[in-house]
Amino acid sequence: MVQLADKPEGFEGPGFMATRLDKLVGLARKNSIWPLPFATSCCGIEFMATMASTYDLARFGSERLSFSPRQADLLMVMGTIAKKMGPVLRQVYEQMAEPKWVIAVGACASTGGIFDTYSVLQGIDRIIPVDVYVPGCPPRPEQILDGVMQIQNLVHNESLRRRNSPEYKELLASYGIE
Amino acid sequence: MSLTTEDITSRVTEKFNDKIESAEMVADMLTIVVKKDAILDVITFLKNDPTLNFHYLTTCCGIHYPDSEKRFAMMYQLHNMPENVRIRLKSFTNEEEPVYPSLTGLWGSANWMERETYDFFGFRFTGHPDLRRILNVDDMVGWPLRKEYPLEDQARYDKDDKMFGR
Repeated sequence: MVQLADKPEGFEGPGFMATRLDKLVGLARKNSIWPLPFATSCCGIEFMATMASTYDLARFGSERLSFSPRQADLLMVMGTIAKKMGPVLRQVYEQMAEPKWVIAVGACASTGGIFDTYSVLQGIDRIIPVDVYVPGCPPRPEQILDGVMQIQNLVHNESLRRRNSPEYKELLASYGIE
Repeated sequence: MSLTTEDITSRVTEKFNDKIESAEMVADMLTIVVKKDAILDVITFLKNDPTLNFHYLTTCCGIHYPDSEKRFAMMYQLHNMPENVRIRLKSFTNEEEPVYPSLTGLWGSANWMERETYDFFGFRFTGHPDLRRILNVDDMVGWPLRKEYPLEDQARYDKDDKMFGR
C-alpha cells in the first residue's frame, strides 16, 4: 500500500484547505529530493544496496539520482576524500543550485576515519558545510536511510527565507563560498 | 646464450671499475651499488650494450635510511626481457636535497617515476622536462615518505583531537 504524506496543519472547510506556503513547499521538496551520489569507496557500495530493492530509497521519493550537480538537491558524499579530491568536491558543491543539502556518509567523509594521514581530507566539513553526518565504517543501509530521513526533516521544516538570511551567508562565507 | 650474474658483474666492473662500490646477490637479485656521479653512464651502458641489453626500466624510486651514514639512495630495477634477467642498482648520497641525473633521455617511462620520487622524497633530477608533484596536492609542504616525521604529528592542524580521545 502506498503511504501518502501527511497533510500539513491548516484551516479546512468543505472543498478547501488553507495552509502556509512554506509548509506546502516543504512537503513537496521533502518527498522529491534528487540526490547526487559522490561515492568514492566502500560507503558507496552500501549506498548501492540502499538504492536497490531491499532497502529501496525510492520509498522516500529519492529514486531519481542526479548525476548533474545543477539539478541535484542533496549531495551525498560517501567515502574517503583525498586532499587532491577536495577542490573537485567543492566545485561540485558550488555548481549545485540553492536550496541544497549535504550529507556526509561514513567515518571518512565525516572525519577522515582511519586515514589519519597527510594525503586525506580530515572530514569534508573542512571545505563545504554539512547538514547531516552518518557514522559507521561503512554504515549499514538502514543508517544511510536514517540520514536521508534526517535530511527530509530538515527540508520539511526549513524556512523559505533561510537561504537569504545573514546567518546562512555568513556560513558560506566562512567556507569562502560566494 | 644465458646471461649469468658473473657475466653481468664482470662486464660492468671491467668498464666502470672504480665506480662500482659492490655487486652481490641480495634476495635473489643481483644488486650493484654505483657511485652517484657514474649512475647515468652505468645505466646507459647496461641499456645499450648488446650483450647485457637491459632495455626495460622496471621501476625506480627513492629510499631513505635515516640511521645510515649515507641517508638517501636511488634504486633502479632494469630488465633484460629476452634473457628474463632483472638487476637492481643503488646509488647512495648524503645530500640534504639529493640531485640525480634524469633517465627521461633513456626511457620516457622514467618521467612519472621521477616525478613520484620528487613528490615523496624531494629528490631533484637534472634534465627532467617537467619536475613537479604528481600524486600529492601541489601546495603540500614537505616530503611525506622521508622517515623524519613522528608517527603522530602533534602539530597537525587538520585533525580534531577531541574527537579521537588524545
